[in-house]
Amino acid sequence: MAIGVIRETERRTLPFDKLGVIIAALAVYGAFLAPFATFRANRIVQGEGKAILEALPPSLGYGLLALVTFGIVVALLKTSVLVRMAAAFAALVALCFLIGSAAGNLVPADNAYARVSPASGFWILVFAFALLVADALTRLNPGPGLRLLFLAGALALVGGMLATGRWDGLSILKEYASRADTFWAEAGRHLTLALGSLAAATVLGLPLGILCHRVDRLRATVLNALNAIQTIPSIALFGILIGPLGWIATHVPGAEAIGVRGIGVAPAFVALFLYSLLPVVANTVVGLAGVPRAANDAARGLGMTEWQRLVAVEFPLAFPVILAGIRIVLVQNIGLATIAALIGGGGFGVFVFQGIGQTAMDLVLLGAVPTVVLAFTAAIVLDALIEVMGPKHSRGKAA
Amino acid sequence: MIEFDCVTKRYDETVVVSDVSLTVMPHTITVIVGTSGSGKTTLIRMVNRLIEPTSGTIRIDGEDNRSVPEFELRRRIGYAIQGHGLFPHRTVAQNIATVPTLLGWERARIKAKVEELLTLFQLDPDFFGPRYPHELSGGQQQRVGVARALAAEPNLLLMDEPFGALDPIIRAKAQDDLLSIQKHFGTTIILVTHDMEEAFHLADRIAVMDKGEVVQHGTPAEMLIRPATPFVEELIGATERPFRMLAIETAGDAVEPGAAEGAPIPEGLSQREALSELLWSGRSALPVAAANGAIIGKVSLDGLVKRAARPR
Repeated sequence: MAIGVIRETERRTLPFDKLGVIIAALAVYGAFLAPFATFRANRIVQGEGKAILEALPPSLGYGLLALVTFGIVVALLKTSVLVRMAAAFAALVALCFLIGSAAGNLVPADNAYARVSPASGFWILVFAFALLVADALTRLNPGPGLRLLFLAGALALVGGMLATGRWDGLSILKEYASRADTFWAEAGRHLTLALGSLAAATVLGLPLGILCHRVDRLRATVLNALNAIQTIPSIALFGILIGPLGWIATHVPGAEAIGVRGIGVAPAFVALFLYSLLPVVANTVVGLAGVPRAANDAARGLGMTEWQRLVAVEFPLAFPVILAGIRIVLVQNIGLATIAALIGGGGFGVFVFQGIGQTAMDLVLLGAVPTVVLAFTAAIVLDALIEVMGPKHSRGKAA
Repeated sequence: MIEFDCVTKRYDETVVVSDVSLTVMPHTITVIVGTSGSGKTTLIRMVNRLIEPTSGTIRIDGEDNRSVPEFELRRRIGYAIQGHGLFPHRTVAQNIATVPTLLGWERARIKAKVEELLTLFQLDPDFFGPRYPHELSGGQQQRVGVARALAAEPNLLLMDEPFGALDPIIRAKAQDDLLSIQKHFGTTIILVTHDMEEAFHLADRIAVMDKGEVVQHGTPAEMLIRPATPFVEELIGATERPFRMLAIETAGDAVEPGAAEGAPIPEGLSQREALSELLWSGRSALPVAAANGAIIGKVSLDGLVKRAARPR
């Protein structure tokens, strides 16, 4: 009874949702105090911020403010999960849709130099409502299938905006329009670097991990060496690799023909590969070590050969842990591949560093946003995959 | 028949199994007992070559167990361990099918065998076959573990403390199941345990191990009457001896002519249980019924007390 009384008073003094208070505060700041869009006379001058009502025609502006205010109230109060989800989703769709309208509204039709980009208010609102969606999702605790469906929905929303040309007036897409060819070439290079080095690390890391699991003495040595590599900063590692790879290119016959050089794709690939090895090898070792002793003993006692035991017992049981390592590597590589541009390796980093050089933030975003979307997508897809592979035995007792 | 011939296992300077010679007769249950570290587990793991002896040979039906590749040997020998060792990512049916699959049996034959074994262990094949081990109770997991060991119809079954993780009631049930299954298949069983109660309940012959040596090998009765060393005597437990004597024989063996009042006891009941029933009901004799229900005589308190006394 005493507990019930305390809860009752708690409810009376705190009618608000705790996380909702933070989300509401963010959204209030984003909607009413921060600029919604930035207008610039050309692509590199300092821009001026425009509030929602300045950036949009009155009907749309007030409509958006009303929707955002509704979302704030829903977030603030203790409301049902589905209502929170719906309100946040509606606000996100409206934001995505209307930022495109802001471009058409602010720029005179015949002006090809003026630029409009989303400003801090827009990003803060997107962040606040994305947080609300994430919070509602956590409370719903959806299965992997539903999570993938949400991801597909979000990607479809963004894809729809791009395909229908809603966002064509935004500066980031104007940067894209003048670089469409290179954009896709660099995207391909980015993925090749990230996925290729992951594939190489998996092909070498799995057997190495298995070997480390079987041979005690090797384990400490290999893991320590890989740990040491992991502590080298990425730019330093690129630099360190220029020497040896350059030497190989000039001294080993045929090396240059297959693309080995001191700068460019080769050192970037090798560096990403080296960074990828530790998570793959370490998780393979941890996964194999987690296989129940009794299951291994039974496998041998029932007459499985070493190979059969590895394939039929050890590997399937260790697989979710190994997959978790591959997930770490994939997300890490997609981010790290950006830096490859510094040594001529290509990828989305090209736009980031060009943009920094030209003080053109839009160009930086053209490189950064796809990288973030890719990493995010990879993380969600692999998390779902890990969960699908795991449940049959993860709930079981290790006996 | 399994023959251990001067088998020794050394790790560096430590002798784990020392010059053991032992013959296990076919279609019997031999229980190896001893304290932890006595070498009993090492001894049976040398039979299916999970451990290779330092010296000596082990022959199965006259053939050296090193004459075939070890994985082939193991597929012919059933193996059940403490904590069952079921594969957590495979269903009950897949677990039981492990060895038949390794041997390349046809699918229909495997399916029939799995169903036969599950039924034999009182587990409904349709219900339990597709389950994963973690969905089963401890007793059910243990039964599946033994069923898996028997799947390829081995002549020899090695069991390493198979009932160690079970609570006393389920353990007693599992032991009775094992006895009836051993009768059903005629399998030769070598079982390792540290539980003397279990040993006396199951064994045709008991081998006592101490510090790597077999100090006595014989029937339970021999062990009670003439313990070879003070260690064996201690292991049996001096205060338990008369009760163990009664436990290894049935009421049918103690039947005397004559009649007695009250409900009859079945002749298959152990004399120890008959004594317990006499003491609890406060009577001096009980009628004994054969399997067909006919009264074949009585057991008396005096008769049982005489039988429990040290034989001379």
